[in-house]
Amino acid sequence: MSDRRKKSTTLRLLAFIRPNLPFLVLALLMSVVQIVATLFAPVVVGDAIDYIVGVGDVDFGRIFFYIMILLGLIAAAVLFQWLATLCTNRVAYRTVRDLRAAAFKKINSVPLKYIDAHSHGDIISRVSTDIDLVSDGLIQGFTQMFSGIVTIAGTICFMFALNWKVSLVVILVTPLSLFVAYFIARGCHNKFRDQAIKRGEMTGLTEEMLSGQRTVKAYGYEKRAEARFEEINLDLKKIGTKAMFYSSMTNPSTRVLNGIVYAAVAIMGAVLCVKGSLTVGQLSCFLSYANQYTKPFNEVTGVVAELQATFASAKRVFELLDEQDEKETGDKTPSAVRGDVDIDKVAFSYTETPLIENFNLSVPAGSRVAIVGPTGCGKTTLINLLMRFYDVRSGSIRVDGTDLTEYTRASSRELFGMVLQDSWLFDGTFRENIAYSRPEASDEEIAAAAKKAHIHGFISRQVNGYDTVLDPDALSAGQKQLICIARLMLASPPMLILDEATSSIDTRTEIRIQQAFAELMKGRTSFIVAHRLSTIREADVILVMRDGNVIEQGSHEQLMSIEGGFYRNLYTLGMGGA
Amino acid sequence: MFKLIRFLKGYYLPSAVAPVFKFMEALFELIIPIVVARIIDVGIAGEDTGYIYRMGALMIGLGITGFLCSTVCQYLAARSSLGYGTNLRRALYAHINTFSYAELDRFGPASLVTRLSNDINQTQMAVAMFIRLVMRAPFITIGSIVMAMMIDLRLSLVFLGGGVVIAVILFAVMRSSVPYYIKAQKGLDKITRLTQENLSGARVVKAFAKEKEEENDFNEAADDLARINIRVGRIAGLLNPLTYAVVNLSVALIIWLGGKRVYYGGLTQGEIIALVNYLNQILLALVVIANLIVIFTKASASAARINEIFDVTSSMKEGEGAQPVEGAPALEFRNVSFKYGTDVGYSLENISFTLEAGQTLGIIGGTGSGKSTLVNLIPRYYDAEGDILIDGAPVAEYTFAQLMDKIALVAQTAHLFSGTIRDNLRFGKPDADEEEMRAALRVAQADFVFASDEGLDRVVQAKGRNLSGGQKQRLSIARAVIKNPEILILDDSASALDFATEARLRAAVSKLSAAKVVVSQRIGTIRSADRILVLDEGRAVGYGTHDELLRDCPLYAELNALQGGAK
Repeated sequence: MSDRRKKSTTLRLLAFIRPNLPFLVLALLMSVVQIVATLFAPVVVGDAIDYIVGVGDVDFGRIFFYIMILLGLIAAAVLFQWLATLCTNRVAYRTVRDLRAAAFKKINSVPLKYIDAHSHGDIISRVSTDIDLVSDGLIQGFTQMFSGIVTIAGTICFMFALNWKVSLVVILVTPLSLFVAYFIARGCHNKFRDQAIKRGEMTGLTEEMLSGQRTVKAYGYEKRAEARFEEINLDLKKIGTKAMFYSSMTNPSTRVLNGIVYAAVAIMGAVLCVKGSLTVGQLSCFLSYANQYTKPFNEVTGVVAELQATFASAKRVFELLDEQDEKETGDKTPSAVRGDVDIDKVAFSYTETPLIENFNLSVPAGSRVAIVGPTGCGKTTLINLLMRFYDVRSGSIRVDGTDLTEYTRASSRELFGMVLQDSWLFDGTFRENIAYSRPEASDEEIAAAAKKAHIHGFISRQVNGYDTVLDPDALSAGQKQLICIARLMLASPPMLILDEATSSIDTRTEIRIQQAFAELMKGRTSFIVAHRLSTIREADVILVMRDGNVIEQGSHEQLMSIEGGFYRNLYTLGMGGA
Repeated sequence: MFKLIRFLKGYYLPSAVAPVFKFMEALFELIIPIVVARIIDVGIAGEDTGYIYRMGALMIGLGITGFLCSTVCQYLAARSSLGYGTNLRRALYAHINTFSYAELDRFGPASLVTRLSNDINQTQMAVAMFIRLVMRAPFITIGSIVMAMMIDLRLSLVFLGGGVVIAVILFAVMRSSVPYYIKAQKGLDKITRLTQENLSGARVVKAFAKEKEEENDFNEAADDLARINIRVGRIAGLLNPLTYAVVNLSVALIIWLGGKRVYYGGLTQGEIIALVNYLNQILLALVVIANLIVIFTKASASAARINEIFDVTSSMKEGEGAQPVEGAPALEFRNVSFKYGTDVGYSLENISFTLEAGQTLGIIGGTGSGKSTLVNLIPRYYDAEGDILIDGAPVAEYTFAQLMDKIALVAQTAHLFSGTIRDNLRFGKPDADEEEMRAALRVAQADFVFASDEGLDRVVQAKGRNLSGGQKQRLSIARAVIKNPEILILDDSASALDFATEARLRAAVSKLSAAKVVVSQRIGTIRSADRILVLDEGRAVGYGTHDELLRDCPLYAELNALQGGAK
């Protein structure tokens, strides 16, 4: 593991490129061919011009010959440039796809702790934006840099082959080009970094304010928010002007350097022409080179600056990929579940401070267990442990005498059917959302489940019935919960976990659903977290939890008989002290 | 796009002067090939080295002067475009702040944030490019063609022909690739959506062991995106090679036809070189124009998205200010009806009640019965039919500031902001002192604040991520209480509290002098209210005290029985 971390980002990226490596090599080879053809063209043009001397002194045979060569060069340059682009694209987009697939797979295999503890927006931007930047920067940037270097090297070779004296003039200007290009690239990099930080600040502020805009309006915070906004806005203006100015100086600087090189070549070349050691055609060819000589320098330094930013992105992607997978601890799969649940000396905590210590509970098969207690008492934590979303620190949870850790995670999760307080639906049809638990279920089964959850009528009234694509934002919290309940009804798992499953459903509908729930719970061990005392009262065992521990345990009648007991107190208060 | 030009205000002069400087640079650049032609035809042919040096110095002089002009232009362009962006951002944010709930519902925060950031940046870039290049690129293209015409009118036909062909190629490539770009954007949106769904539903995915299926769905979307990108790359990748080919074929034509012209004495060798140079300049300028077109297409899409916001004005007209009527009830509804759109049914119908200062109105009803809709009408978040009177005056006559002063509404979902607990309480009352904060927290049963060492300085993360549901609700209640409002509305805002805490909260709130409106699904929460309104599918089916309703309202009696209440 540790030597994987040490590997440089480039090497790790290469590992992702490997399946497409032949295409990358092909792309590079083809761009060499293209560059050589492109560089040859001015030479041929220059040669042709040398046969156009003056009135009556034009060798049309030679010119025709050179034009034919020129056409061949053009064809080669066009073809190979296009093919090289196709190959680069293929490598880039396939690598992106593979990186994305790996990142998504990672999201599904890391412990929930990672997902709970990290901002979802941040993870999403790693999967979408960062990976895109990696492809743009590292792959296309790399090929750009490669072709830039080949062009510079090629140009120098071609020039020296033509005339070393003029070439020297060009070479002497090179350090100046490098310096200017480097200076601008560095300036841009710093300014852009500052600008990105300010922009992030601004997005942070507007995101927070606008997502709470109802509260902002309710408290008349608009003016104060605008003042905070304006402060960042003015900073951004100052920094942004600098960033924009720096980056826009690239082209004029290139042009002025080109202009100087161009003038130097023209003077030197013309003088040599007068002396007879250079032809006019060769001068024209030199001028063509001089015209484009500094461009690749800009490209190369530009890419270098860009690479720094993309390396940061690549690092963020690999950070995600480096997260430890949730370990499988067993390979058994349960069969014929009865449903005896034993929790033995369990200790657990999300952080360093202890939360649950020495938790013990024994539930015979088929019991209905209600869990009550004040906010933060550990109800949800217990569910996290039963579902193995989080692992116990010590102790064991056994079902029918087998420690859950002996099962695979997937199969131990299949022991329980679960409906949570936060209903989760995805962009899909009602049918797909209900059949999520059992994709092979027939239409009749799906409708039967929806009927039990009292959502069938609502779905039937939709334009396309069960095939209507649902919009989670347009459904009320209650309707969402009903769909999740239908999903559970369809699955009929060996045991049940209901975490405030009916909290958003009005009392009358809830009562109707209770019947279906009661049927479902018959013979199945069920864990129910609820506020409503009507739900709690009917449980076989009520666990009263506080600060991570069970402080009272028993049936409703037993708990009510405890004078001054916590449950009894809760119950009487809940009924408004009647 | 042009509608947004008004935000250049204050920068009209620099943005008009900048292109003039750029124009001068381009002019100098166009002279260069002529100078080179003179060097060849006069200097080399006449073997006059002095002339060559003079012309060379002229070239360097032109280059440096051009650079200085260009620097001025780039600076003015940067200043103008950032000035424009800053003005636009300020105006757009202020405009969004005038929106009422109806408009906010329509756009949603995510889309507003993108418009404020990305979309404005796109148009800001376009403004800078426009100032910098609007003169340069077309001028070089046209100028090169004109110069070519001056050298040789007939050969310049090659330039025109080449120009037309390149324009056609540009147009064809853009036209056939833009639909793919749109598709690719949609593909990327899908990737984002699937990732988002998977993260928010991680527990459900794991519970049903659906990891494989989710991965397959995602991989399919990633494959599709790769395919689209590779396909569009095939078309877009043609642009550079094809323009290169057209320019160089023109060069070949110039050499062949030019050779003939030289043979018969209409043209010189130096002039042919000048023509070739002009062709190369055109190629560079055309590449710039192609980029410009891409930037402007993107920017005009962004501009449309920004204008869409500006075109929406708040549907609500602010009142001029109202005077309370002596002796009128704190709050009164008279035959109030409300619907969310024009083509949907009523969410509330014919609701009437009165509420005196210091008293409590309880509102109870099932999911979707209209409870939250009703309370949102009180601070005039939406306009309704019928009369809603506060202190005897219609809500629509009050200024927004007056309404804000009088009313505090605590919503179902508590929304806290990043900062400290103190910052969040000051949201309600900017000048609140320590004592007021402590008092408000005590009413809201938010004693947990005092239990920690940091107390009021405890940091709250964005949206209160680091607090439990119950803690967030209690803090948002404290934030409302500290305002000391005349009407306090609690919209099921204690649902995450356990019974004991909620009971203490209820007791503390009932002592406040404000008129209170309490929404709940629990009978226990509202049974001690002075009046209770029972809602069912937007209609009032009961109104009275607990005992009256038990007798007269079957729905209420049923709810009471269901929730295990005795008489």
